[in-house]
Amino acid sequence: MDPESLLALVETEHPSIRRRSHADRPAVSVPSGELLAVMTTLRDHADLRFDLLLTLTAVDFPGEDRFELLYRLYSTVHGLWLIVSSDVPRSRPVAPSVSSLWPIAEWQEREAYDLMGVLYDNHPDLRRVFLEDDWVGYPLRKDYQDEYMLELPK
Amino acid sequence: MTVHVRTLDELLHAPLEADSDLTTQEYLVNMGPQHPIAHGSLRVVVRLDGETVKEVIPVPGYVHRGVEKMCEHLNYRQVIPYTDRLDYLSAIMNNWAVAKTVETAAGIETNDRIEVIRTIMAELQRLQSHALWWGVTGMDLGAYTAFLYGFREREIIGEIFEETIGARLTMNYIQPGGLMYDIKPDFAAKVKKLLPYLKDCVEQYETLLSGNVIFQERLRNVGIVDGARAVALGCTGPVVRASGVPLDLRATEPYGAYGKVQFNVVVGTVGDCWDRYYVRLEEMRESIRIIEQLIDGIPDGPYSTIRYNVELTLPEGIHYGQVETARGAFGVLIVSDGKREIPYRLHFRSPNFNNLWVVTAMAPGWRIADFISIQSSLDLVIPDIDR
Repeated sequence: MDPESLLALVETEHPSIRRRSHADRPAVSVPSGELLAVMTTLRDHADLRFDLLLTLTAVDFPGEDRFELLYRLYSTVHGLWLIVSSDVPRSRPVAPSVSSLWPIAEWQEREAYDLMGVLYDNHPDLRRVFLEDDWVGYPLRKDYQDEYMLELPK
Repeated sequence: MTVHVRTLDELLHAPLEADSDLTTQEYLVNMGPQHPIAHGSLRVVVRLDGETVKEVIPVPGYVHRGVEKMCEHLNYRQVIPYTDRLDYLSAIMNNWAVAKTVETAAGIETNDRIEVIRTIMAELQRLQSHALWWGVTGMDLGAYTAFLYGFREREIIGEIFEETIGARLTMNYIQPGGLMYDIKPDFAAKVKKLLPYLKDCVEQYETLLSGNVIFQERLRNVGIVDGARAVALGCTGPVVRASGVPLDLRATEPYGAYGKVQFNVVVGTVGDCWDRYYVRLEEMRESIRIIEQLIDGIPDGPYSTIRYNVELTLPEGIHYGQVETARGAFGVLIVSDGKREIPYRLHFRSPNFNNLWVVTAMAPGWRIADFISIQSSLDLVIPDIDR
């Protein structure tokens, strides 16, 4: 399946998604409320079968008051690639957990929580993965400050 | 709607009860952060009932350096040395992942010479990595001799690297648009001389360890994971191939010179520790085959197509590139704002972080000695987990 028909198929299944520009591979943008429904289709649709969640991460845009969640999917059955992105507000960064679909998401989401502070709803075991439990703040946020940080040379 | 955040303490202080009628209880054992099977600082808390593993709680983070945060202040060439320090046994492949992503995004062309040398170097490193893994697995399971043999080959390949690259571990060799240095004039001759020796080494590995009854007993049918489960748990590389899934980025989306050479994607049938062992041995033979096909015809040309002091600015958007390292798919995700020569956000999809968690599905039900085999068969490099 070529990228164009892949995107067309996903659009037919879920009309609320938008194609995301500025990406090097097929990419769609999904409202966070529908994320779980879209992801379920992507995993279970017979022509898609995205069974491998390669990576999951968040990008901080403090100026626009949003986190962009990026999911990178691969189908080992059909050899397809897809980026799924979804925005959550920075003031209340709650997103549905996809760990019920791909078990590996449980730990990838823990990493995103640990370093970016994105909260995943219905996550079986949401806790920090690298830092200690009493660590204050989320280091990958753009406005993160702590007393060990050095001033960057201007 | 509230999201509950847990702590490790909560997990470790949950009530412990054993199944047996005797007045026994389960207990928690810390394996690591300093433990011989971890090959680095990985802490694994194991909940045990007698000798039976009930639950495995990996606690990574002891070598977390915040590489992704640091990369937000570095330009793309400066990112390369940091990738050496992730999976240090696949340093060249990690360099390649960044170089490949930047080249695709910025539209930098390379030539055949660069791609062929990159492929040869990457395969030499895969051989080196698997040789070391073979030795270390032997040591984990009580065969110290294997460790010394594995290190012997690692040294010999390390000398080839040292001659061209000047480094034995942190390579910093593959750059966007080319290579750091050209190969030495006698590089091809030396590698050609090495290949028959390495072939013999693989045979030696077989006779030394593969046929050993104790070794086989400890690996066969231990820690079985089927293909679908391994994929759902995010495994890539030899771990997923041992479960019968032919996922190898060198074959599924050929990069470098992999499209021009003949090689087999090695897959297992059972998905146990033995398959993971044997897939790696077979991959060493395939790597030798790949190098044999390329070493005679290294094309002429410059070893770099751009000047290294130019500032590289990537177009706005998401750029993702990945390569197959010795442990699986290593991906680089760059989010660029299109204005500066540094990434806005850079994320490494590291194979070891994703391969680690399959242990929570594999180990329960096995004895603690089998847990050693299971963890050893995953071939984890801890700095790549923690980043």
